[in-house]
Parts: sequence; structure tokens; C-alpha cells
Amino acid sequence: MSILLDQSSRVIVQGITGREGQFHTKNMLAAGTAVVGGVTPGKGGTEVEGLPVFDTVAQAKKATGANASCIFVPGLGAADAIMEAADAGIRLIVCISEFIPVLDMVRAMRLVREKQVRLIGPNCPGLCTPGVGKIGIIPYGIFREGHVGFISRSGTLTYEVVSLLTAAGIGQSTCVGIGGDPIIGTTFTDCLHLFEHDEQTSAVVMCGEIGGSDEEDAAEYIKQMSKPVVGFISGRTAPPGKRMGHAGAIISGNTGTAQGKVAALQAAGVPVADTIFDIPELLKQVAGKKL
Amino acid sequence: MKIHEYQAKDILSRYGIPIQPGKVAATPQEAEEIAREFGVPVVIKAQVYVGGRGKAGGIQFGDTPEQAREAASRVLGMNIKGLTVQKVLVVPKLEIKEEYYLGIVLDRKSQAPVAMVSAAGGVDIEEVAATTPEKIIRRLIDVDRGLPAYEARQILADAGVPSLVIAKGGTILSALAQAFIGSDAQLAEINPLALTVDGQVLAADAKILIDDNALSRQKEYAAWAEPEDANPIEYEAHAAGLASYVKLNGNIGIVANGAGLAMATLDMVARSGGQPANFYDFGGGAKAELLKKALLFLARDPDVKGILVNIFGGITRGEEVARGVIMAQAELPKGMPVVVRLSGTGEAEGRAMLADAGLTWGYDMRDGAQKIVAAIKERA
Repeated sequence: MSILLDQSSRVIVQGITGREGQFHTKNMLAAGTAVVGGVTPGKGGTEVEGLPVFDTVAQAKKATGANASCIFVPGLGAADAIMEAADAGIRLIVCISEFIPVLDMVRAMRLVREKQVRLIGPNCPGLCTPGVGKIGIIPYGIFREGHVGFISRSGTLTYEVVSLLTAAGIGQSTCVGIGGDPIIGTTFTDCLHLFEHDEQTSAVVMCGEIGGSDEEDAAEYIKQMSKPVVGFISGRTAPPGKRMGHAGAIISGNTGTAQGKVAALQAAGVPVADTIFDIPELLKQVAGKKL
Repeated sequence: MKIHEYQAKDILSRYGIPIQPGKVAATPQEAEEIAREFGVPVVIKAQVYVGGRGKAGGIQFGDTPEQAREAASRVLGMNIKGLTVQKVLVVPKLEIKEEYYLGIVLDRKSQAPVAMVSAAGGVDIEEVAATTPEKIIRRLIDVDRGLPAYEARQILADAGVPSLVIAKGGTILSALAQAFIGSDAQLAEINPLALTVDGQVLAADAKILIDDNALSRQKEYAAWAEPEDANPIEYEAHAAGLASYVKLNGNIGIVANGAGLAMATLDMVARSGGQPANFYDFGGGAKAELLKKALLFLARDPDVKGILVNIFGGITRGEEVARGVIMAQAELPKGMPVVVRLSGTGEAEGRAMLADAGLTWGYDMRDGAQKIVAAIKERA
């Protein structure tokens, strides 16, 4: 087994007729993902990659039996797309879109919580389960099936570290990019909890970054986990008060510093890699033969 | 996006929050005229995008219009934390009896705005939060319902704000919540909320930060953007469409794709003995022309002595990256070292193109960082 994405996942793409939507639908299909249709208001009745396009998520769900959605809708409309999916009964929503106004996310998260839907992102690369498929934009070719669960706030850094793991012969169970915004649907702690209860996963790599306190909260949770976790924090040299690309990556006052996050993880017994190149070796030290 | 005090007060007054009358002056002469129009004594307040201007001398007083002119001439042009004062707000001086703090920020953990009130206002609220957190009362705000006045009054009462101020203060805090929601703010703060000796309650100072992601629907406020002269290059970069450009203090320019990778690259450069001067997040699927533009922009910063390009290609293709760097090379300052690290989609093709053009490439992020640091040291 794996987390979030498995053989029963049937995926629709919201914003499927856009440039990004079309391109990544093709890639998701190539990775073996069961993409069953798409939604673009006003384009109902057309086709993309041989898949039916609907005007609304409810129509798409009814016709295809979809239970998951991948969102490529531009920022100002993305929170509405999340709410549409949640309201239609989609259980897993992966929102790739960036530049979503934060108050829109405040509203969307209320419905997501009320409907008890799993939202990954926004402003994230999505997730991938090697051997099953992917939802989102992560390049599928860098993975290898295995037992390491992977969680990161960032996209390209994820690709970088997964490539290092694969090159070191360490395979992955599921990889989740949780997103770089101040408000996200699924936190490090949520993912750690899922991996802790996943039979296929024997160890977890968690790549955090400056800003917020998700990593510190995760460190608290790790104290009660049975599986080993290896950490990495980027932004160690970032100056306070500067937004470092991600809306969530900003040090304000004493909160959100890399030093604080590293210390919290170490206090929870997590070895924290100085550079990403140390991650495979640390994994071997803590998980050994289970990899 | 940061805005000035007078602009924040403009927003607050649209929601019915009382503020002092007054106007903005760009010259001492204008300050004198404003003092005549609104009556003396007046306060001259520097309009700059930083806190702590009072301690820096950016707030001065004038008992006569002539003194207002003199005070303005001292404040205008003053340097406060690297920023030059170009405008002052001139307002009648208040006889303040007590000061309170009202603020609204986004609380990441509860995923909602939170109202914060303290009866100890006019001071550094972060200091109060650190030393006596129990003096700040916090209450989450429902963004659809807003903060009804009765709830706002209860928060003020819980914070120990005196009875005399509860009614007016509650209306103001309720309106502040409306202003926060209506302007897509990330922070909206009245500090201090002043009680004057004659019983008025008004916003004596205000600060609002607007969510960058909402600027396309807050067009009026978006038009208030102006260069921060501590960071004229950043402003220019953003205006040129290089939105993710960030200025730092070292001498190595960095282009990476993705914020997380960019931060890890900065850390790696520092670990290799270098200091990043700036970075640009190239994003996903970007084209050669954009990379060329970004490289030339990075190189315009006189601090930049060399550039490291670190791209992990998913949707970004290696050939596009190589083409962008080769196009930029001819226009970069002569001899400026450029190291390109390319992995992922099209890496073999990209590396071959770079080698043909005589450009250095790094095997991985660490190798790239070490090569650019070494190349700059060699030239120095």
C-alpha cells in the first residue's frame, strides 16, 4: 500500500483545457494515473487527450465516478475550484495553483474541514506513488518503488532530493509536496501520521523550510512515532523579513527561523542533514536494512 | 505590499474609523500651509516603510506654521534604516490621555484572521507579546460574518480597556475587521488607538499590509506601489516582470527554479564560502528569453561578481536553459563568471550546448556552488 494515491484513485483535472492542464494530464496518463476526465466551465462536451470535459465537477463526478481532483485553475479562481470539488464529494483534492489570495483560502479551508476532504496544497507540486502514478507536476521518471515516505514544502527541491535517493538505490513509497503557502490543506504532521500507519513505509524524509511553525509541530508528533524520520531545513542563510519566493517562507521576529526548526527536530531525535547530499547516508543510518 | 501610514488611514476612514484630519507634504512649504489650514500645534510624521521612525527622529512637532516648516525640512530627506524620507504626514497634535493596541493578522495555525487587543498600546507589541503575552487578548474572526461590534466590545473589555472607551473602541475594532477583509490585508493595525483628554477615540497611527496575491482585485491599492529606496533594484525587477527577484547582501547572483531549491542553493553557496547577492526564482517551464532577461538583470546589480544558475528540469528543458545563458553571455559584463548546473529534462543536450559555448557547468548543486565561489576568488 501507499498513502493518498492508490489503484482505486480516479482523477479529474480542473482546468484541463488550459496549457498546464493539458500538458500535465498527458504526463499523468503516461505515469499510469487513472485520469478519467476534466472540468472547464464553458468547455463541456469537448475532449482533451481523449478524455471527456465537463462544465462542473458534479457532472464530471457523476459521469466518471471520480474521487480525486487535480487543480490547475489560475490563482483568483482556484479557491472556488477547491470548494466546488469539496462540495461535489471529491475526497482527495490536489491544488497545484499558486498566487491564491490568502482570505480565499481561509474560506475554502472551512468547507474542506466541514466536508472532511483531504486537500494537498495549494501552490504545491502534488504527489506521486511510484508504481501507481501521480497527481500533479512531479516528474515521474525520477522515482523508484520502495519504502521511504517523502514530504516537502517545495517542488524542485523535492525532485532534487528524490533523485539523490533513487541514485543511492533508496526507493520511495509516496512523495507529497505539501506546498509553500501560509495556509495549506495538509501539514507535515498530517503526512507523518499517514506514513506512520502505512505498511509500505519504513522511514520518512521531511524537507522543511523557514517560515511558520509546521516543522516545530511535526517535531512534537515525531516524538511519538515508531518510524525513523530524517530532516532537512532550507533557508538557513535567509535574512529576516524577506519573503523568499514562497509566500509562507518568511522569518518574522523569532518565529520561523531555520535554527529553531533544526533544534526542534533534533530535540525529537531527528537527524537533520546539513546539505541534501547527506540525506541518503542519514537514512541508511536510521533505517538500515528496512530501506 | 507595504503602504504608508497616510494610505492605511485613508483605508480605515473609508470604513468609518475616526482619524485626525491632515495632509501629506513633500516640501517644507507644503507642511507650513497644511499647519495653517488645520491649526497648530502639529505633528510631522515621516512616511517610510519601516517601524521605529519615532526613535530615529522621524516624528517632530511644530507649535507654529513656521516651526512646522522647519520640522518638515529636518524630517524630509532624513535617512531612516536605509530609507530616505520623501513625504511627511502633517496632522494636528493630539492631547493623548491613554493608548491601546488593536491589530488583526492571519493566524496560520487556525487558518483564520485573529484580532489582538491590548490595553498597553503605543509600544512595540512584539515586545509585549514576548514578555507579557497574557496582556494581549486574541479572538479568531469568521471572515464571512466579520467581527460584530458586540464581540469586539467583549474583546476590549477582556483586555482591560476602560469602560469609557468600550463603545467607540468596539465599533472601531469591528470596522477594522471589515477593513482587513475588504482590502485583502495580511495585517491591519491601529497602534495606538488614542483616547484624548477631550474624550475622542481615534486611530493615531495605522499600518496595513496587503496580500500580494490579491493585488489584481485590489487595483486602487495596487496603484499605490512605489519604489522602496532601500531596494530600488527589487522594485525595478518586479516592474520588469521578474516578480520573484530578491536582493541580498553578498556578491553572487543566483537563478534557480523553485523557491525551495533557490533557498537550498543560497545555503549551499554560503556553505561553499560565498555570499549570495540576489536571487531570481525562474519558475517552471520558463523560456530562454526570460532567463536571458533575468541574467542581465541580476548582473546589473554592481555587487554581483558572478552568477550561478541552478536548474532542476522537470517541465523546464535543459536546451532552453542553455540557450538563455548563451544568449545572455554576449551582453554580460566582460569576464563575469557564470556557472550553470543543469539536471533533469534535456540535461545532456543542455550541457553539450554549454560546453560548445565555453561555459562552465556544475555536475550537481554542490559542484556548481564550489565552482562559482572559486571562479570569483580567482578574479579578485
